[in-house]
Amino acid sequence: MAEPFLSIQHVRKSYGSNTVVQDFSLDVEPGEFVSFLGPSGCGKTTVLRMVAGFEDPSAGKIVVAGKDITRLKPNQRNVGMVFQAYALFPNLTVAQNIAFGLKVAGMNKADADKRVAEMLDMIKLPQMADRYPYQLSGGQQQRIALARAIAPKPKLLLLDEPLSALDAKVRVSLREEIRSIQKKLGITTIFVTHDQEEALSISDRIAVMYGGKAEQVATPFEIYNRPATKFVANFVGTLNVLEGKVTDAAAGTVQVNTQEVSLKGKLNGSKSGDTLSLALRPEAISLGRQPGRDSSLTGEISEVHFLGSVIRVRVGIGGNTVSLDTFNNSATPPPAVGEKAEISFSSGDMLVLH
Amino acid sequence: MKSGKFWAWVVFIVGAAYFFIPLAATVEFSLRMRRGVHSFDAYQIVLGDARFQSTFLYSVVAAIFTIILGVLVVVPAAYWIRLRLPQLRPVVEFITLLPLVIPAIVIVFGYIRMYGSNSPLPFLGSNMGANALLVIGYATLALPYMYRAVDTGLRTIDVRTLTEAAQILGAGWGTIIGRVILPNVLIAVLSGAFLTFAIVIGEFTMASLLNRPAFGPYLQNIGANRAYEPAALAIIAFAITWGCMSLIQILSRFAPKSSNRPN
Repeated sequence: MAEPFLSIQHVRKSYGSNTVVQDFSLDVEPGEFVSFLGPSGCGKTTVLRMVAGFEDPSAGKIVVAGKDITRLKPNQRNVGMVFQAYALFPNLTVAQNIAFGLKVAGMNKADADKRVAEMLDMIKLPQMADRYPYQLSGGQQQRIALARAIAPKPKLLLLDEPLSALDAKVRVSLREEIRSIQKKLGITTIFVTHDQEEALSISDRIAVMYGGKAEQVATPFEIYNRPATKFVANFVGTLNVLEGKVTDAAAGTVQVNTQEVSLKGKLNGSKSGDTLSLALRPEAISLGRQPGRDSSLTGEISEVHFLGSVIRVRVGIGGNTVSLDTFNNSATPPPAVGEKAEISFSSGDMLVLH
Repeated sequence: MKSGKFWAWVVFIVGAAYFFIPLAATVEFSLRMRRGVHSFDAYQIVLGDARFQSTFLYSVVAAIFTIILGVLVVVPAAYWIRLRLPQLRPVVEFITLLPLVIPAIVIVFGYIRMYGSNSPLPFLGSNMGANALLVIGYATLALPYMYRAVDTGLRTIDVRTLTEAAQILGAGWGTIIGRVILPNVLIAVLSGAFLTFAIVIGEFTMASLLNRPAFGPYLQNIGANRAYEPAALAIIAFAITWGCMSLIQILSRFAPKSSNRPN
């Protein structure tokens, strides 16, 4: 296996008796786009700030391209960073902001001007060179911040919730733009976010963090479809959790309310009589019996929400509620609250949460 | 007219009269030097007086040095407190308020005792030393105004994020303060500078007790011995102060507009 470009090794960060990052390790390949995903206070920004040099790790090591940078100052690391609050210098024009890092590095004016023009072309804002930050929209400011971070050709790009302050439409277009620029330049990137859709849509790998630890580091597909822990399963995507009781461990049968489902091969370690949490993604469930779905449960429709292209339906099964989406079909009226309903799914899609 | 509005106008007119009538009377009196007609004789005498020119120049130079010293001390201190030592802010605010509580005469007597010609630091043993001590004393007197002006300026920018953004782009502390922080609080610094200028130009106690040829003691001397010239001088000093305040207002229009979130 090739040497990782960024290696975060057993890093810990404590403030007095409060430990915010515990034994965090991660290897990132050259050119990889890795997202740190987690709720507020999970330590994702602290790890990023340790990589940037704004926080000193209490223990552990950070290596970039084979060089230990753990104790280097931020201005000695050759790392680019984009902040949530844009952090453009208000007294400088767009061109001067982008040229800031180049001037600090001692680049001559002609080369710096050329690089600034390249960057403005890259972010598709060549006409904005002489504007001041206050004359730009949030999305434009963040594009400039990205260009400023990339202009000095850093070894590593750090993005600290760069889309959080933007409105929904701009977020989607800018995240696609960030990913396309990152792929084009092949720059190794760490992206911090609490938005799962953002992380799932643009990352090569995601580190889901909770309580200062990485719960799971895997591709978006793995994270979504094969969550390693209950926290990851709950945090990423929408999940229906059903309480079940193992009726026959050998046969793999579990009782949900009074109905039985077969989970053969999934109950490793469980004994008959054990209580389990079973999880199903909404898209894995169909209303009514469908071909190719080997399991079903019956309940009563408790809520129906018409959302335009889809209809969200909640079905009560004993003490459990299952949420599922069906496409809107103008020829068929939506189901009514109080109707009896059968839901079907493949037993292979059901996750057993530990 | 509603009664609330009526009384508001009454208060405004009384306040304006309290302020402007003495001012108008002083202007009128300063123009009565020549018997029977209004003239600018008092102003001509004052402005033509060599001592006016030398003392005013001395105070202007002292004010410039005071401003430079104040900026060098206050900007890095206020910046560092906002960035790294926010818990010290109440203590520093208290210290910067002390010159408003402790009379200048107490400070200057302390200086005379501490820095007399027989002390280990004999500032008062030479003219240059006494001038330096006067500038240091003025910087102390101006501290409440300079610190508050700079601190208010720093409050309008996201000091921490801007500092980190500059650091990650490779900037050292000198570049950060010189190219990022100072330009963004320049208008605040200028406000502090003009307030300092206004204080220094008319300051009497320190300059007099340190025996410096400053504008304040000259004003006092003229006031004690002449009739019309002190009125002309008062108007001139008033115009200088108001000029400074107007400059603050004009310059504040050119402040860099920040779209960063305030702290």
